[in-house]
Amino acid sequence: METALAERGPDVGRARLPPGGPHAGPAASREAWCTTGKRAASRVPMPDPILLLVILALPFAGAVGALFFRVNARNAESWLALSCALLAFGLVLGFYPGVVDGGVVRWNLEWIPALGLSFSLRLDGYAWMFALLVTGIGALVVVYARYYMSADDPVPRFFSFLLFFMACMLGVVLAGNLIQLVLFWELTSLFSFLLIGYWHHNAAARESARMALTVTAVGGFALFAGVLLLGRITGSYELDVVLASGDLIRADALYRPALFLIVTGALAKSAQFPFHFWLPHAMVAPTPVSAYLHSAAMVKLGVFLLARLWPALAGTDAWMFTVGLSGLVTFVLGAFIAIFQNDLKGLLAYSTISHLGLITVLLGLNSQLALVAAVFHIMNHATFKASLFMAAGVIDHETGTRDMRRLSRLVHYMPLTATAAMVAAAAMAGVPLLNGFLSKEMFFSLALDVQTPLPFVGRALPWVAIAAGMFGVAYSLRFIVSTFLGPDPQDLPRQPHEPPRWMRFPIELLVLACIAVGVLPNLTVRPILDVAVGALLGADAPDYQLALWHGFNLPVMMSTLAFVGGILLYGLLHRWLANGIGRVPFLPPVDGRRVFARLVVGGRQAARHLEHRLASRRLQVQLRWIILLAVAAACVPLLRRDLVLRGSMPFAAGGDGWLLAFSWLVGGACALMAAVQAKFHRLAAVVFAGGAGLMVCISFAWLSAPDLALTQLLVEIVTTVLLLLGLRWLPKRVPFIPTRAGALAALPRRALDFTLALAVGGGLALLAYAGMTRPPPSGSISRFFMEQALPAGGGSNVVNVILVDFRGFDTLGEITVLALAGIALYSLLRRFRPSLESTRLPLQQQLQSPAMHADDMLVPGVLMRLMFPVMLMLALYLLLRGHNRPGGGFVAGLVLAVGFIVQYMAGGTRWLESRLRVRPLQWMALGLLLAVGTGIGAWFFAHPFLSSHALLLELPLLGEVHLPSAVFFDFGVFTLVLGATLLMLIALAHQSLRGERQSKQF
Amino acid sequence: MNEIVIALAIGVLAGAGTWLLLRPRTFQVVIGLSLLSNAVNLFIFSMGRLRVGAAPIVDGSMPVDPAQYADPLPQALVLTAIVISFAMTALLVVVLLVARGLAGTDHVDGRGADEA
Repeated sequence: METALAERGPDVGRARLPPGGPHAGPAASREAWCTTGKRAASRVPMPDPILLLVILALPFAGAVGALFFRVNARNAESWLALSCALLAFGLVLGFYPGVVDGGVVRWNLEWIPALGLSFSLRLDGYAWMFALLVTGIGALVVVYARYYMSADDPVPRFFSFLLFFMACMLGVVLAGNLIQLVLFWELTSLFSFLLIGYWHHNAAARESARMALTVTAVGGFALFAGVLLLGRITGSYELDVVLASGDLIRADALYRPALFLIVTGALAKSAQFPFHFWLPHAMVAPTPVSAYLHSAAMVKLGVFLLARLWPALAGTDAWMFTVGLSGLVTFVLGAFIAIFQNDLKGLLAYSTISHLGLITVLLGLNSQLALVAAVFHIMNHATFKASLFMAAGVIDHETGTRDMRRLSRLVHYMPLTATAAMVAAAAMAGVPLLNGFLSKEMFFSLALDVQTPLPFVGRALPWVAIAAGMFGVAYSLRFIVSTFLGPDPQDLPRQPHEPPRWMRFPIELLVLACIAVGVLPNLTVRPILDVAVGALLGADAPDYQLALWHGFNLPVMMSTLAFVGGILLYGLLHRWLANGIGRVPFLPPVDGRRVFARLVVGGRQAARHLEHRLASRRLQVQLRWIILLAVAAACVPLLRRDLVLRGSMPFAAGGDGWLLAFSWLVGGACALMAAVQAKFHRLAAVVFAGGAGLMVCISFAWLSAPDLALTQLLVEIVTTVLLLLGLRWLPKRVPFIPTRAGALAALPRRALDFTLALAVGGGLALLAYAGMTRPPPSGSISRFFMEQALPAGGGSNVVNVILVDFRGFDTLGEITVLALAGIALYSLLRRFRPSLESTRLPLQQQLQSPAMHADDMLVPGVLMRLMFPVMLMLALYLLLRGHNRPGGGFVAGLVLAVGFIVQYMAGGTRWLESRLRVRPLQWMALGLLLAVGTGIGAWFFAHPFLSSHALLLELPLLGEVHLPSAVFFDFGVFTLVLGATLLMLIALAHQSLRGERQSKQF
Repeated sequence: MNEIVIALAIGVLAGAGTWLLLRPRTFQVVIGLSLLSNAVNLFIFSMGRLRVGAAPIVDGSMPVDPAQYADPLPQALVLTAIVISFAMTALLVVVLLVARGLAGTDHVDGRGADEA
């Protein structure tokens, strides 16, 4: 790790230099950037970077642990969650020496080095600040949730999701790699979905959860695409590299698409216009979730990312128009709509949207000072809004309603909570001596001299800012006046009173923070803000001042104007709002949720319509289309160039071609007859198909593929047995003379099928011929296999060495598929219900008496039994020699399976199974374990999975024996093939026994 | 010569298989799939070019001259394909039997209509 860090450090540092040449400033920053770790180490011990992983892993572990408590274990759950959050908070805090002065702490784990992907954690000052927010507010929310959740709620699920969410947030914040960031980003959407839908018996909760997930996840997709583009531009997904190549990115042709996609993702996450509509509906979630996810943490991710990538993406007009414009619209719109909400949480939700809009505007101004203000406001908003949400939850909890038209004079009943909430609301409005005032003041002064390519925007911005500030004052005033002041409340569902001490505690703590920051900004928040901004801007960080009073200047005038205007506005609207129906005036009654629902339904209907028009549920139609398209696709390359059918290679020498030609005269006839007979004479079709298969086998043997010939032969045998076993369950079918009209109607379809068959057959034949007569490609990997089979694989049968050694992993996959097919078949047959007509004994068997049947098989039965040891021997022989001569696990397994089948035929199922233990399922398991075990065994010799290891043994009698580990692997293949083949055949054969039992019942 | 025969064989097997694949009765589809997989196996095998009397079993003399042997790679591919196609046929047979037990007909769509 250390070396990697040292190697990469200077590169990035150099890339950070502005094109104008190394000024003193950036050079100094590079110095600091590279050496802070050491310098800090001498002063305060810097924690080990591996602790970054601990910070991330802690809430994950807690989340898993939280699942195992009792359903109503509120205390245990909250203690667990609280300790996770506090521990993580403490660890983050401990990293301060590492991040101060632009230091960066990194921890890396190679993930897929071939693709340049690593799991990297990276903590700089900005991430540090955010991690503090996430864990700190998380801890407070946990304390609050302990009292908020009722005894009836299943809390393990709640706290587990909350901790998972915290872990994913930390994952985003600490990500040193953009792909990793997107991954955790999507996970936060998922847990937000689960938490919004926590009370899933409520239909509105389910619907809102779905909507939030859809919007944020679609945004996440866009973000992912944008990140991929960024990676393409810079050649790396590492955050360090991307942040250092801002000029390269902004000059690239892909800059605009990448910007658009990333900004879309960020805006959707932060509920910015036009994606803002999901957030108010997410308020059906439990209030701790609203306080945490939907005001302090998750919705901040969008602005977090915009600020994170600010050095790489910002500074262009495109950035200003996308980010700034969306933010501005949201800022004003959200504040205006918030005034007219009757629900406390609804008001807070729209206010959140508006404040996020403010942050987005600041980020979009392309000014470093504005970035400082944005980061500052992220912190301020998190503190006052989280406390306001919690207060709203308390009010809901203690009075039973959140409707501001019913609430009144709560200051009389819960003075402490009311005071805290009123102070927080004042901070939200931007009252002096509170933190909201400082960041708002910064915004006002920035709005006064903004540099835009469109002058009228610059002139209008201060007025828009005043208007939005006015709305903000108005809704904050409404929150305070209608809830806490006024006449005594009438008919509240519950008699209001103060909440428990510790439920109040988080609110009070946050409000104290608001006041402390507002009164003494330089002592409280300045160090944190310096660290965060320093990490984002390096030495370019502007000099800014946090002061309560800058003199009587324009921003103060604007503030005053906003206050007076807001108070007047509220005074005008006061009466109307108190009786109002909650409709927002002046705006078209567009409901985002309804538009969204219409889009979803429309999409579904369009899909169904399309499916109805284009698709068919009939197998034949589908197959016809597939084959037609396959033929067409194969023909496309033919159209483009003139194709020479016959290649340059001479025909394979040796052997008399006529012999093969004769066998295929038979084989071709068999295939055609099988096609003709498969409808009415199934037995004949099975025999013909077997004949064609045998000719394939002969061809393999003829053309230098002994292993294939062996396998094909055995598979042909077991396939025939299988089909014969299956025949019994098919309905009897008698040939009939079709009516003239029926035959005529079927004619076009049959003609089409015939043409298709002809095209497929003819096409494949021509393709095969053209391929076979061309010289083989020169760069084939076969050469390597041939040359290395003996020296590296220790076997002279190259095909077998490929299977069990070179490509052992593929073979492992294939035998796993075999095992799965066997198990699927077995479980299907366990519930098999044959149709009634097939349950009776077949006609032939009804005519025979059981005694006759036994006599029939007397002589062959004895012979077959005698064959069993011979076949066992043969199988072992083929297995053991497989590495050097034709044979191997596949063939041996099939041989022994045939041996067993023969015994079933000779003695019958009951006779055999009472004498011999046939356990195909266990054999399959054994085979798979053996194969995997051999692969794992390689680890003990410090080799990758499945690499073969040769063992030289000195044995008495046999002498020196060369035993590659691949032999064990082949033994696993053998056992599995034996088990799977037997399982398939026996499971089908057993149905006859069940059928007999069933037919006796009728 | 061998090349022409094998090409024709592939053609006949694939044609017969395709025809059966498009038929309406389950058993026809099973046989068709079996024929078609034989054709495909033979096709993949043939892409290693045909050799007579040159099985890829090295005799220990070094260095090995790959030109002396048939291509082992398509053979290794086809060997597992043969076994897998058996498993596929078996699974298909059972699925169709179960479907027949449930639907009461051996038509591929589970409906008795359409005698073709």
